[in-house]
Amino acid sequence: MNLTDYKDVYVFAEQREGKIQNVALELLGKARELADANQEKVVAMLLGKHVRENAQELIAAGADEVLVVDHDLLAEYLTEPYTQAITQIIKERKPSIMLIGATTIGRDLGPRVSARNVTGLTADATKLEISDDEAHEFRMTRPAFGGNLMATILCKDHRPQMSTVRPGVMQKLPADPDRKGTVVDFKVDFDEKKISRVKIVKTVKEEKTVADISQAKVLVSGGRGVGSKEGFAKLETLAKELGGEVASSRAMVDAGVMEQSRQVGQTGKTVRPSLYLACGISGAIQHLAGMEESDLIIAINKDKFAPIFSVADLGIVGDLHKIVPLLTERLKSLQK
Amino acid sequence: MNIVVCIKQVPDTTEVKINPQTGTLIREGVPSIMNPDDKGGLEFALQLKDKFGAHVTVITMGLPQAEAILREALAMGVDRAILLTDRKLGGADTLATSSAIAGALRTMDFDLVITGRQAIDGDTAQVGPQIAEHLDLPQVSYMEDLQYNESTKTFTIRKQTEEGYQILEVQAPCVVTALASAVSPRYMRVNGIVTAYDKEVEVWGADRIQVPEERIGKAGSPTSVYKAFPKQLKPAGETHEVTPEEAVELIVNKLKEKHII
Ligand SMILES: Cc1cc2nc3c(=O)[nH]c(=O)nc-3n(C[C@H](O)[C@H](O)[C@H](O)COP(=O)(O)OP(=O)(O)OC[C@H]3O[C@@H](n4cnc5c(N)ncnc54)[C@H](O)[C@@H]3O)c2cc1C
Ligand SMILES: Cc1cc2nc3c(=O)[nH]c(=O)nc-3n(C[C@H](O)[C@H](O)[C@H](O)COP(=O)(O)OP(=O)(O)OC[C@H]3O[C@@H](n4cnc5c(N)ncnc54)[C@H](O)[C@@H]3O)c2cc1C
Repeated sequence: MNLTDYKDVYVFAEQREGKIQNVALELLGKARELADANQEKVVAMLLGKHVRENAQELIAAGADEVLVVDHDLLAEYLTEPYTQAITQIIKERKPSIMLIGATTIGRDLGPRVSARNVTGLTADATKLEISDDEAHEFRMTRPAFGGNLMATILCKDHRPQMSTVRPGVMQKLPADPDRKGTVVDFKVDFDEKKISRVKIVKTVKEEKTVADISQAKVLVSGGRGVGSKEGFAKLETLAKELGGEVASSRAMVDAGVMEQSRQVGQTGKTVRPSLYLACGISGAIQHLAGMEESDLIIAINKDKFAPIFSVADLGIVGDLHKIVPLLTERLKSLQK
Repeated sequence: MNIVVCIKQVPDTTEVKINPQTGTLIREGVPSIMNPDDKGGLEFALQLKDKFGAHVTVITMGLPQAEAILREALAMGVDRAILLTDRKLGGADTLATSSAIAGALRTMDFDLVITGRQAIDGDTAQVGPQIAEHLDLPQVSYMEDLQYNESTKTFTIRKQTEEGYQILEVQAPCVVTALASAVSPRYMRVNGIVTAYDKEVEVWGADRIQVPEERIGKAGSPTSVYKAFPKQLKPAGETHEVTPEEAVELIVNKLKEKHII
């Protein structure tokens, strides 16, 4: 493998039902920075059926070029056709770096692609950078051991250097509708026999509206200290007052009080809101892993030794059941 | 039906501590357990054994002490246990790990391979799909439930997604990655615990799997850990023990200061 043949930063532009996923836009923002450090291009890979019209959105978010693979076999995500398409792109275009969102789709696709192309894949990086020494090395830093340890990973002799990144970790650029870029139709020769081994019988969206807490500017988050659905109703009113969403620790998800889509942490979502208000959350390392990058963290807990206070900008030792309603009232009166 | 379940021995990460001086993991006194998702996967396999009389094999790659989780699996009711252990396999990233395990699987007869979705120490969720790729088999990750249709030799699998779930029909043989939360694993049976120590754990070296040396261990790993360090927590702010009214004042002032309100 001649490493100098490989260049540019490629981003998997995940779409669902024709809607570009936020994580793809976030990755384009990061890719822009990485590509600029090496004077390279940002290329978005847009796979699907009737998705060409989404190309401009990707350019506005930082892409220089959009490769569109439009095909019936790509209408709904399946491992094999998507892997074949990305593999053909790698073979023909030789990307240096490839970023994929760590969604249920990206985490299914990434390892399959890395194994087919015999290259390395860093899981769920939280920091991506080009070293500022001569080597211009691509360094991917990620948490492991349940968030207890950070590791910086290199992929020295194989290309592309792949990484998945969880939604909410990188920041998208403000969309620039005037940005110029090229849109290229990319043809893929599919091996349909391999594809036919898996069939989608049905795809079910659960009725409940799935809040995307990773996009919220304000999160009022509750843990076991909140205790019940009634307790969360109080947080809900406070969150409304602040224009935010309610989030939860895993304890309350496991207890069936909150839905999994609102869970923050290692096995939930990574969030980075302007305000994270933690109510009755002890601050286990697996929870901190998902929220400690928030701009402002305020914690209310009745135990002054709760570990959540070690990451809070403002810690209040007290009873959330008293403080939360009072705070809501106070904010309401300020509005007037 | 033959099923192979890949299980990994992991430190219980809820108990892991970091040595603040050296920045390394303190492993002493940290209990080793069977990775939770793998235990879930094993339960699915044992349910197929109950229903169809499937023959269940567990395999782990690791240090000799990983035998402990194989014994646990035997006590839960599996038929065969394999420990793949060799210095040559050490220092592997996910690609080299999956190459070695796929090599072992290639020597066996199976209709279904189950892995956990994710190991709680390495935390990558990559090994399952990579095994599937090396074996050129279809994969379904995030499996919450599966049914076997004997007449068509297919599996009907429920896969978790962000928005809900998907039902997929997959030809055997295939690879699935299981979620621990989808099922409650059975306990070891008392007579199982006794017989677990009579049963043999097969110990395989790298020579058994016929994978070229440049594909396993450190040599077969495209990624390397350049450095590892304990997570830096940002310095803590102020903490106040005050009345609810004072608390509200403090919070409101902070929100104003940061232009949240
Ligand atoms: C592999 C693994 C992955 C995990 N992933 C996650 C994850 O993604 N997200 C996650 O959150 N957890 C995760 N966990 C679980 C985690 O370890 C903790 O168990 C969990 O975060 C605890 O939730 P909690 O803080 O709500 O509950 P507790 O730890 O029980 O804390 C409740 C807190 O509420 C306080 N409190 C009680 N009453 C009041 C009151 N009236 N007013 C004020 N404070 C009060 C108490 O002082 C206490 O600090 C994971 C665990 C494992 C092993
Ligand atoms: C700090 C740190 C960071 C790392 N980061 C990366 C990285 O970003 N990319 C990378 O390629 N490697 C990485 N590695 C190496 C990686 O952790 C090892 O290769 C590990 O053996 C497999 O990865 P995992 O634990 O993440 O397993 P996962 O891929 O999460 O495991 C999924 C499933 O595969 C099966 N499985 C996994 N390992 C075994 C085994 N030994 N025996 C039997 N079944 C098994 C189990 O069923 C398991 O549930 C890292 C290692 C460390 C110490």
